[in-house]
Amino acid sequence: MNGLASRLEERRAGGRKLLVPYVMGGIPDRASFPEVMAAAAEHADALEVGLPFSDPLMDGPVIADAGERAMSSGTGPLDALELAAQAQVGAPKIAMTYYNPIHRIGEVEFCERAAAAGFAGLIVPDIPVEESESLRKAAGDRALSWIPLVAPTSSARRVADIVATATGFVYAVSTLGVTGARESLSERAARVVAACREATDAPVVVGIGVSNAVQAVEATRSADGVVIGSALVDLVLRAGPEAAREFLAGVRSALDDAAG
Amino acid sequence: MTTPLVKPDGSVGVAGRFGEFGGRYVPESLMGALDELEREWETARADPGFTDELARLLKVVVGRPTPLYDATRFSERVGARVLLKREDLAHTGAHKINNTVGQALLAVRMGKSRIIAETGAGQHGVAAATAAAYFGLPCVVYMGATDVERQHLNVVRMEMLGAEVVPVEAGSATLKDAINEALRDWVTNVESTHYIIGSVVGPHPYPELVASLQSIIGEEARAQVLELTGGLPDEVVACVGGGSNAVGLFRAFYRDQSVRITGVEAAGEGLDKRHGASISAGEPGILHGARSMVLQGADGRITEAHSISAGLDYPGVGPEHAWLATSGRATYRAVTDEDALVGFKALAETEGILAALEPSHALAHVLAHGAASETIVVGLSGRGDKDMTTIARAGKG
Repeated sequence: MNGLASRLEERRAGGRKLLVPYVMGGIPDRASFPEVMAAAAEHADALEVGLPFSDPLMDGPVIADAGERAMSSGTGPLDALELAAQAQVGAPKIAMTYYNPIHRIGEVEFCERAAAAGFAGLIVPDIPVEESESLRKAAGDRALSWIPLVAPTSSARRVADIVATATGFVYAVSTLGVTGARESLSERAARVVAACREATDAPVVVGIGVSNAVQAVEATRSADGVVIGSALVDLVLRAGPEAAREFLAGVRSALDDAAG
Repeated sequence: MTTPLVKPDGSVGVAGRFGEFGGRYVPESLMGALDELEREWETARADPGFTDELARLLKVVVGRPTPLYDATRFSERVGARVLLKREDLAHTGAHKINNTVGQALLAVRMGKSRIIAETGAGQHGVAAATAAAYFGLPCVVYMGATDVERQHLNVVRMEMLGAEVVPVEAGSATLKDAINEALRDWVTNVESTHYIIGSVVGPHPYPELVASLQSIIGEEARAQVLELTGGLPDEVVACVGGGSNAVGLFRAFYRDQSVRITGVEAAGEGLDKRHGASISAGEPGILHGARSMVLQGADGRITEAHSISAGLDYPGVGPEHAWLATSGRATYRAVTDEDALVGFKALAETEGILAALEPSHALAHVLAHGAASETIVVGLSGRGDKDMTTIARAGKG
């Protein structure tokens, strides 16, 4: 078991719900990104760093626009890896990237660069389990955890195949749709988590549409943790790193209180 | 995706793969729907109830068969006998309707209650809106904001046909971004909605599904050329953006080894400048759910394409074309914006046909290089009404 997996499993065993904030590489700008990472990491069990990409088809307007903004100020997907390496943060870093940047520079080369930049895991939302074998091997060889996504539409057979590849945690997609805040957590979230539970003991973390403390608490009634993305990226852009730190502190304490 | 599949050239491959190209690179949320679509299509295409109804619709709605037209005066300029496969005479003015009628019929069979589509120039959007209106299904068409402006006539046509046109502001605000937005809609509404993709691109089974529905072009053309000339042509030529009219024409000739197959891409301002020639000047990559040839930067970001014709203004190409190019069965050439206008003008003057700017690229290629052949079949994929403003402006410039 690698570093990320053992860390998350220890924390879960201690009764802690996992908080995985998402930040977009190079946002709000290159100079203050390390500060944003540090702020987001303070209350995090792991930190997801999005690599800006030209065609982010799993992302809603907030994250897609943030990616555009990062790219137009000179942060491409590989630049974001380098930039993330500059920040000293306690929480393990996970890279969230679409597949083509990996394909273009090569799976082995990409994983080497990610590992060298201090990353501990990889999330690739547009590569299904059927196509990911060689990338999973390249990642595993460099101690990068593989974090696969399970969707509300995944059949039981697919869920079993997918969770078998997880070496960090399983990312349970709460609803049909792209990233972005929702008024309420989908009723499907608990069902996706339950489907994962039947097939794996790995931590199950819910993402997509979790945007505040109330929804985080609700999601972790069944799940081991939550990813908070769009709401945080939006806050970073509107109010800066301090506001992000306070927001996550609030989510953290709500999770801790609920876990009691 | 491990079902053996007999390829059009007779070789056995893996379903969804064209050599090293194709596949499925999409969010997990769509995998179930793609499996369902693959199953439903395989069942439907083997069901006479479906294929008979499709044949009827192609006849009475689309107006097939389209003629194979002996372009005698144009042939004199070329120095070879040029036969035009007149998809411009199909209902709505382009080959796109072959695909949308077939997919809409499939959507009804699958019990889907909503249609979405993307469009660049608006031809596919109009064809999708037409098919949706025919079947009484609501239709949403995603279109880049830039294209909404430059192809206003087609926006009006789609709206009159009852479709909702959604401008897409993201990225380059063109076809590539419209496909991304349609895929986002599909991820969200996958249970109720069928996505009618407009070309031989996208995740498996789309490239195969669209190619099958468009292969009527080549089946007709092959029979027509045999009847007209008593033999096979030396060459078949078609323009390639995503490549649906080209694959539709080419497939029938894969096994005729004497027939040279030529795809013509958009060289735009030149291959060293802005263009849309993914095979001539791109490299392998992943775009819109498939591995194919794409235009990209060193870090894998997709670059913006350029062509005077909105239908070829796309930084990718169908995986079947990438496979035809690497296997050597087809050759790909590129024609600039400027030369495409020459092709357009030549056909207008000699035959009285206003071709769309997309097939004008194929016409330009034939004008320059056709003399090496005796008989050439050219895919005239659509008519040029939509391009009159662009052409008039270019003429003044």
